[in-house]
Amino acid sequence: MSKSVIETPPKGGFSFDLCKRNEMLSKKGVNPPSFRKTGTTIVGLIFQDGVILGADTRATEGPIVCDKNCEKIHYMAPNIYCCGAGTAADTEAVTDMVSSQLQLHRYHTGRESRVVTALTLLKRHLFNYQGYVSAALVLGGVDVTGPHLHTIYPHGSTDTLPFATMGSGSLAAMAVFESKYREGLTRNEGIELVTEAICSGIFNDLGSGSNVDICVITKGGKEYLRNHLQPNPRTYTSSKGYSFPKKTEVLLTKIIPLKEKVEIIEGGDAMEE
Amino acid sequence: MALKQPENSLLGSESDPHRTLYPYVTGTSVVALKYKDGILMAADMGGSYGSTLRYKSVERMKPIGKHSLLGASGEISDFQEILRYLDELILYDNMWDDGNSLGPKEVHNYLTRVMYNRRNKFNPLWNSLVLGGVKNGNKYLGTVSMIGVNFEDNHVATGFGNHLARPILRQEWHENLSFEDGVKLLEKCMHVFLYRDRSAVNKLQIAKITEEGVTIHQPYSLKTYWEFSAFKNPAQGAIGSW
Repeated sequence: MSKSVIETPPKGGFSFDLCKRNEMLSKKGVNPPSFRKTGTTIVGLIFQDGVILGADTRATEGPIVCDKNCEKIHYMAPNIYCCGAGTAADTEAVTDMVSSQLQLHRYHTGRESRVVTALTLLKRHLFNYQGYVSAALVLGGVDVTGPHLHTIYPHGSTDTLPFATMGSGSLAAMAVFESKYREGLTRNEGIELVTEAICSGIFNDLGSGSNVDICVITKGGKEYLRNHLQPNPRTYTSSKGYSFPKKTEVLLTKIIPLKEKVEIIEGGDAMEE
Repeated sequence: MALKQPENSLLGSESDPHRTLYPYVTGTSVVALKYKDGILMAADMGGSYGSTLRYKSVERMKPIGKHSLLGASGEISDFQEILRYLDELILYDNMWDDGNSLGPKEVHNYLTRVMYNRRNKFNPLWNSLVLGGVKNGNKYLGTVSMIGVNFEDNHVATGFGNHLARPILRQEWHENLSFEDGVKLLEKCMHVFLYRDRSAVNKLQIAKITEEGVTIHQPYSLKTYWEFSAFKNPAQGAIGSW
């Protein structure tokens, strides 16, 4: 893969100069602040016709939920999707980067991307950064060689599995998978099992919550079911929601449409394909 | 093992050799639930010495008095000490000879006091205990941890069981399970432990306590399934990967 010229510190990559000092401080009882884990439940499983990926939608900053409905299933290629757990910035950046690399590769080769390509690109990158890029991924897709499901750990090791879970809610979800998974599930059975596993994470793990996202990938195509299940709806004390007290009378209704200022330039520079 | 204490230790400069600092021989999770006639409890028979599986026939569930059943995970020697304390407790109770006997609730309370007091002296009994029993038709199931956290519930689990078994039990437990359904549910949990807990062994015991008394069944093994096609040739798509 060609590498563009990036400005790197003189030694290249991370600078490990402060490690000895940090170690000395740790011995004295002064520990560095720990990274914020985002808490997640992400799962994947292989069914009859392909792969199903699932994820919860809660993003946390320490004890606070900062995003109630974020997207954890990232696009890699038309036939490959990747769920990400760990530091949100790391998962976003690394999946974006590899997605672009895959696109360039597709132009270069003229073929559909393979899951193992994405796998190798991701694991090489993560290993290079020795676990400091805190991204734990569940990569799934269907290519010419069939359906594939892999897990990638922050240090760069990978596994090929029939079903996988990652994140803080992974044990709760894995308990569901280990007791209920079997080969040759149909599409609806697979979706139900994935939903059950994510719900198990949502309700039993504090780092996961809100809704369930599902992505079904088959040879024919993909189906991204955003918020497939919403088991935690917003509840209001009054069924009518918030209403102003009756005393506020509407005296006058005046709607002023803002003028649309959209200029369409005909015959501009077309991007070369 | 040498005592390693940080230089700015809050415990001062005492290197008291009689304090419990870490466990040595440990048992893994115990899981228990209430069913129609009483309590069902399951635990495997492994005693690990660090990362070695040293003992494979450790009975981690014992009957206490007439009405209770105690299961423990954590340090095995501390569990044996607790059994001696309880022996003494039951003995004194019997000596009263007043027709009354200690029920599971009382034993649970006693254990909570013991665990909490030990932790306050920075010398804990390194166990997570599960106490179940039936007295006068009332089923009781409670748990105590090594720091003295105690509560009572319809289904409990210790150690890894909290993460792996609780989700399953929360979803599938219901009132008035039959004996067969209860055992099936416990076996489901034990299966997940076997696959996903490194200190689990495939030799488990189921114990049952009802109004009639305690039955600890003979140890047996679970069937495991390894025939997934993805396990057969994981590197077929990418040679050199695994």
